[in-house]
Amino acid sequence: MAGSSGNAIDPIHQFHINNFIDLDIAGIDFSFTNASLFMVLTVAVASLFLILSTNRRGLVPGRMQLMAEMSYEFVASTLRSAAGNDAMRFFPLVFSLFMFVFVANLLGMVPYFFTITSQIIVTFALAMLVIGTVTVYGFFKHGAGFLKLFVPSGVPGYVVPLVTTIEVISFLSRPVSLSVRLFANMLAGHITLKVFAGFVVMLTGAGAVGIGAAIMPLALTIAITALEFLVAFLQAYVFTVLTCMYLADALHPSH
Amino acid sequence: MSSTSSEHQSTGTVAHGGEAGGAFPPFDSTTYPSQLLWLAITFGLFYLLMSKVVLPRIGGILEDRRDRIAGDMAEASRLKQESEAAVASYEQALADARAQAGKMAREAADAAKASSDAARTKAEAELADKLAKAEESIDKIKQGALAQVGDIAAQTTQELVKAAIGGEAPSKDVADKAVAAVMK
Repeated sequence: MAGSSGNAIDPIHQFHINNFIDLDIAGIDFSFTNASLFMVLTVAVASLFLILSTNRRGLVPGRMQLMAEMSYEFVASTLRSAAGNDAMRFFPLVFSLFMFVFVANLLGMVPYFFTITSQIIVTFALAMLVIGTVTVYGFFKHGAGFLKLFVPSGVPGYVVPLVTTIEVISFLSRPVSLSVRLFANMLAGHITLKVFAGFVVMLTGAGAVGIGAAIMPLALTIAITALEFLVAFLQAYVFTVLTCMYLADALHPSH
Repeated sequence: MSSTSSEHQSTGTVAHGGEAGGAFPPFDSTTYPSQLLWLAITFGLFYLLMSKVVLPRIGGILEDRRDRIAGDMAEASRLKQESEAAVASYEQALADARAQAGKMAREAADAAKASSDAARTKAEAELADKLAKAEESIDKIKQGALAQVGDIAAQTTQELVKAAIGGEAPSKDVADKAVAAVMK
């Protein structure tokens, strides 16, 4: 994230996608890029951590195994409290989403690493996966009864059209809000970090006074780095919680 | 990761082979197919790995632990019940033994009392018997003695009279009458 290219301090540079291995199928570019590399890395880090830490299958967990178990129980209790026990069939999906987003966010905190969750297409695809699951499962389980989601019970007849319109719009805006929230948080955080870190570099280049003045942006950079670690977790958590709530709609459409 | 070229001045979108266009990178739609494909591959793989390997494993670990703890708790409560039963049966045995001992002591005391009572009664009866016999024999002796008192008195009278008067001693009948008259 803090990698500056040459002399120019360009906060947008870190989001550029570079092809590593060109791959062209039917005129469409499917190249293996730095984004692809970090997707692979995210999956590898998360999987290796979870598999190696639980390899011992200790009755009394070690530190690593405890972390794996805690992440399991954390996501499980989030899902159970938001959508009930019958939502546990979606547990693998929710857990995968949480771990993928969380590890991707954390990897993005490593200098020079690419942040895949700062790409709107990635977050949007994940959000569409959630909404698609909700919609398909909702209609599969309840048939037309799933449409009751848009008609809240106990609403007087004359406001039903208005409420239904609002419900439909809110349902359609879910993938947008879900994906933009994660994308914008990661993007903005990394740009801010880069800008303040850039100030430090620029000021230290301006002589003794500049080095003294650079303390301020340096302190801010440190503070924002800490904040970004919090955001990395928080956004993964928010994404997970919202996923759970949407899944609750698929399971129990009449609210 | 970064190449040495700067990106902003490039015009038009290049399909592949280097920097992608001049647009803000996240909104550069030429990179979307590649990102979607690789996301699908990596996330799909991740999902499979999670649902087939990792989650069953962690779930199994947690389940084992829960079972083990529940089993240990059940075992502990079973042992506790057993020890409580043992204590209860010990106390019962103690109470039984105590009751038994008390009963035996009471019986022994009763038996001793009964036998001593019997011995005493028997001794008393024997003593009373002996007493009665002794009294009877005393009575007999006394009556015999009393019966002989008259004869002795009559003889004595005869002898006294003979000695006093001389001559013939009065007959026995006369002496008896005289004695009887005196003893009345």
